[in-house]
Amino acid sequence: MSDTNPTSDTTPAARRPRVVVFDYGSGNVHSAVKALEKAGADVTLSGDFTEAMAADGLFVPGVGAFDAVMAALESSGGARIIDKRITGGKPVLGVCVGLQVMFDRGTERGVETEGLGQWPGSITELPAEVVPHMGWNTVRVPKNSRLFRGLEDERFYFVHSYAAQEWLLDVIPPFTEPALTWADHGVPFLAAIENGPLTATQFHPEKSGEAGITLLRNWLDTLPLPE
Amino acid sequence: MTLATRVIPCLDVANGRVVKGVNFQNLRDQGDPVELAANYAAQGADEITFLDVTATVDGRATTYDVVTRTAEQVFVPLTVGGGVRSAEDVARLLGCGADKIGVNSAAIARPELIGEIADRFGAQVVVLSLDITREASAPSGFVVTTHGGRTKTELDALAWATDAINRGAGELLVNSIDADGTRDGFDLELIRAIRAISHVPVIASGGAGALEHFAPAVQAGADAVLAASVFHTGAFTIDQVKLALADEGIEVRR
Repeated sequence: MSDTNPTSDTTPAARRPRVVVFDYGSGNVHSAVKALEKAGADVTLSGDFTEAMAADGLFVPGVGAFDAVMAALESSGGARIIDKRITGGKPVLGVCVGLQVMFDRGTERGVETEGLGQWPGSITELPAEVVPHMGWNTVRVPKNSRLFRGLEDERFYFVHSYAAQEWLLDVIPPFTEPALTWADHGVPFLAAIENGPLTATQFHPEKSGEAGITLLRNWLDTLPLPE
Repeated sequence: MTLATRVIPCLDVANGRVVKGVNFQNLRDQGDPVELAANYAAQGADEITFLDVTATVDGRATTYDVVTRTAEQVFVPLTVGGGVRSAEDVARLLGCGADKIGVNSAAIARPELIGEIADRFGAQVVVLSLDITREASAPSGFVVTTHGGRTKTELDALAWATDAINRGAGELLVNSIDADGTRDGFDLELIRAIRAISHVPVIASGGAGALEHFAPAVQAGADAVLAASVFHTGAFTIDQVKLALADEGIEVRR
């Protein structure tokens, strides 16, 4: 990575955070790359193990069916990368199905698929009158959120039919209490989770206009930037 | 309910330029789609829709370029429709930065296309675009048209919408050919009829000519409202539409 880090006299803290958007054939990654760049990151689209492990932050997109996303994460090595990064305390941001696969399992159209199991619980269909939940919704931001700083009253763009509708993880000190942001569509569901190195949003920050760019910037601000 | 009603400008694009005809005829050039899309996003558009009305293969190449350049600077969802015939077309447009894909005639000709796209990319990608006209002899009183409304089919509009949802359509773009271009208001009966059979989001289109036309469409069951020429000509802004909706107690993003 040294070739992308010019040898200048800038202090390490001043450099742009390096983010890899994990490339494993999942839908529209173009927007994620551009939005992260606009938020201030030095972005690479890559499915390479070394690059993904070395990044300051790893962005995991996810569009489509839970089972298809899981199959692609397994075959591309993404599942292993995500696990190794989180175990090592290195930040990961999962978006949309990239949030959903962090849970134990997902059930879509009667098919149950094992997830990455970073969090306990299941992804299930939203019992709402109109599904997919599509459009700009409000969120309920907890006081300990860093991700939503300054964005408490903003709307974000959601498009999904399934969601995490309960939170089952008991956090025992000295571990920090996660910041859980909820939204409502028929029932309450998790719109975002900030849990140590693992952050995830059900909505698409890269499609949420200025609010989304600010949220990505907030995430970049949390990334440790070792020299 | 906290989900905002979406206000969506639609840009008809041919050979990389925005056009909009009255009743889909007499097209006239109204500018650069990328610039217009960015402008609409800044105005508060909740999504942008491009309808590719290009007839030629060369022209379609410019559409991919327009989609790519738009997605690089416009961070709201982008729907692209017009001339989509296969899952490969969809893959290419998603790769350029589109979020949702409108399908119309190709799905009428071969309904399996809906399932092929939904299975590969998810139902949320598939927007079934319906150009509908009244036809007394149809069971529902509405039939689907093709070729921008110029050709009536015998396909009952509600039966087709139901079939398409079952096949994996994630959203319906309901365009009234009768109302389109009249600026007399949306076809509220049509919106009510579609709402009654659809659990997927419904976008109302066709006929918007005044600010007070939008709220009745939402009250009739639309989750989103779409218009073209009234925005392009500057008759009113996205935000004026949102204010008019908010005045009627409808939630919007402002």
